[in-house]
Amino acid sequence: MAIVETRDVRKHFGDVHAVDGVNLTTKEGEFLVLLGPSGCGKTTLLRMVAGLEDPTGGEILIGGQVVNDLPPRARKIAMVFQSYALYPHMRVFDNIAFPLRAQGVPRAEIPHKVEWAAGLFGIEKLLHRKPRELSGGERQRVALARAVVREPAVFLLDEPLSNLDAKLRTSARDELQQFQRRIGTTTIYVTHDQVEAMGLGDRIAVMQGGKVRQIGTPQEVYDEPADTFVAGFLGSPPMNLLEIPDCLVGFRPEHFLPKEAHESRDGLLALKFHISRIEYLGADRLLYGALEGKFPDTKVISKLASTVSTPVQPGKTQDFAVREKDFRFFDRETGLRTRPRPV
Amino acid sequence: MATLERDLRAPAAGRRFGFVLDRPEWLGPLMIAPAVLYIVAIVGLPFLLALYYSVSDISMGRRTLGFVGLKNFISVIPTSKFQTSLQNTFVFAIVSQVLVIILANILALALLKEFRGKWVVRLLLLLPWVAPISLGTIGWLWILDSIYSVINWTLEAFGLITADGWPMYLGKPYLAMGSVITVHVWRLLPLATVIILAGLTSIPKDIHDAAQVDGASFWRHHFQITVPLIRPILLVALLFGLVFAFTDMVVIFVLTRGGPYDTTQVLASLAFFTGIQGGDLAEGAAIAIFLFPLLLAVAFVFLRIARRSEVT
Ligand SMILES: Nc1ncnc2c1ncn2[C@@H]1O[C@H](COP(=O)(O)OP(=O)(O)O)[C@@H](O)[C@H]1O
Ligand SMILES: [Mg+2]
Repeated sequence: MAIVETRDVRKHFGDVHAVDGVNLTTKEGEFLVLLGPSGCGKTTLLRMVAGLEDPTGGEILIGGQVVNDLPPRARKIAMVFQSYALYPHMRVFDNIAFPLRAQGVPRAEIPHKVEWAAGLFGIEKLLHRKPRELSGGERQRVALARAVVREPAVFLLDEPLSNLDAKLRTSARDELQQFQRRIGTTTIYVTHDQVEAMGLGDRIAVMQGGKVRQIGTPQEVYDEPADTFVAGFLGSPPMNLLEIPDCLVGFRPEHFLPKEAHESRDGLLALKFHISRIEYLGADRLLYGALEGKFPDTKVISKLASTVSTPVQPGKTQDFAVREKDFRFFDRETGLRTRPRPV
Repeated sequence: MATLERDLRAPAAGRRFGFVLDRPEWLGPLMIAPAVLYIVAIVGLPFLLALYYSVSDISMGRRTLGFVGLKNFISVIPTSKFQTSLQNTFVFAIVSQVLVIILANILALALLKEFRGKWVVRLLLLLPWVAPISLGTIGWLWILDSIYSVINWTLEAFGLITADGWPMYLGKPYLAMGSVITVHVWRLLPLATVIILAGLTSIPKDIHDAAQVDGASFWRHHFQITVPLIRPILLVALLFGLVFAFTDMVVIFVLTRGGPYDTTQVLASLAFFTGIQGGDLAEGAAIAIFLFPLLLAVAFVFLRIARRSEVT
């Protein structure tokens, strides 16, 4: 087990600053998620930690040791690739045994270890198959088994669930988390899917444009976004943003409710909401429309749980409200959080 | 009325033709017909002719053509000329192919890496393949010549050999065989390298990365990941090279004409000297097709293995 630390790590491909000065420190045994839109440098950062890519600048430490000059095999890491990268010509058994053989584990111990790893993911029955004879979910398990079998100090996972269908993804997410809790190995997990990130991570590092915008627990990054990017990237639909003199004010769609739906009348800011369209999502309804009055023509979204019984109708203007403590304030130029002020 | 009728009929005719193009059972044969015709005319007919010549008593300057059964084979196979050539053929083909595969692998791996001026190296590498082979071989004739050999001049300039100790590259049995093999390898190397390079670039990068993370050493990586993944294409390259080495004689013809004392004579060149230059077409044909069953078997086995080891 080990702590991974990056100190001002950069990677430039010509003019592209794929990773642009990242400082991160994992905790012991932590599940850290790197979350960000496609192309923000997550994979590049992970590959640098793995040793597959040389940083243009900065230092990478694993277990307190600078590993910049160490090859991947000397870093005690295991990586699961988005494509799984199973060896197509080897049976599952040999795929899982490959890292053991490469590290010179005594021959007699190999079958035992392979079975242990296969057992963790319930793939004992597939050991004699070739990768092409497996389903997507099975391949993903084989890739995980191949990663755990050598008992690495750090796990690196690059969007391991993105090739699975939606239903499988949910159950795989669950298994992955339980498994990580059980073995307690420090894990860095890359994804562009915020639901995955919120569900899995002990902490989430939100990245954009090669930089880490915020790092914190799922609750922190959701409730206290450090800037407008994080506010907009997390949450679906994203945070509503209004312009007030000298700053931006944001509030989550689920906090923007009909006046009557709020429990107390104190500390509410009333807003007139013209509803243009309603989307039924089963458990929730999304109300699209624009504000009237103080913030004319500002498009906003409200998210009503099905437990809210206040009648709403498209085409009507109704009285909505937000609790003042649910407002978040951002600097208009930098997008960074600023102190609260009256709206 | 008439024009209307014609208007209706015209597209119908067009449709009928389009219909043929839409049916795989018609379109397939139609598309492949030129290739079939070509192969029958250029390869099939001469081959059948050679097959027939080998069991006939044809020779230049005679107008009759009689069937003699296996007489040509029976009379030529026991001759020492034939036995030597048969042996030489195997030595020549197998040694040159082993060298080609090893060297082509090394070259292809080197060319896979990114480095400055890579395209120049690739171009230079392909030159022996694009240059007419007889011209290239004549160049080698000069390089290996007993009087003008630049190799010997260079070696002497460095004091490695003395003026009266010059090796006669094409005049001494083992040196001559070594020389023709060298030139043949030089000639086949580009194609083999390009084929293997194509195989190597088709391996996804993630696979190599995974092997690296899994801790594979260079040799383990190469022989347990890379080579198995390009095995089908490697086998095809080897098959091509082998059949080529068994049947081609340009290098030998230009460099040594089979000499000295038939030490570089192979079946292909022997067939040429016997059949074309010696005028005994029937015996030449018998020599030429002697290896055909063997090559057919080799091709069959290789293609079977290649298909079995295909990985997707
Ligand atoms: N080998 C490379 N050469 C050039 N540019 C690259 C290379 N790898 C990644 N990039 C660029 O770096 C940026 C970050 O890529 P990546 O780390 O793959 O993003 P993510 O995984 O977050 O989607 C992208 O703009 C991508 O085009
Ligand atoms: Mg990526």
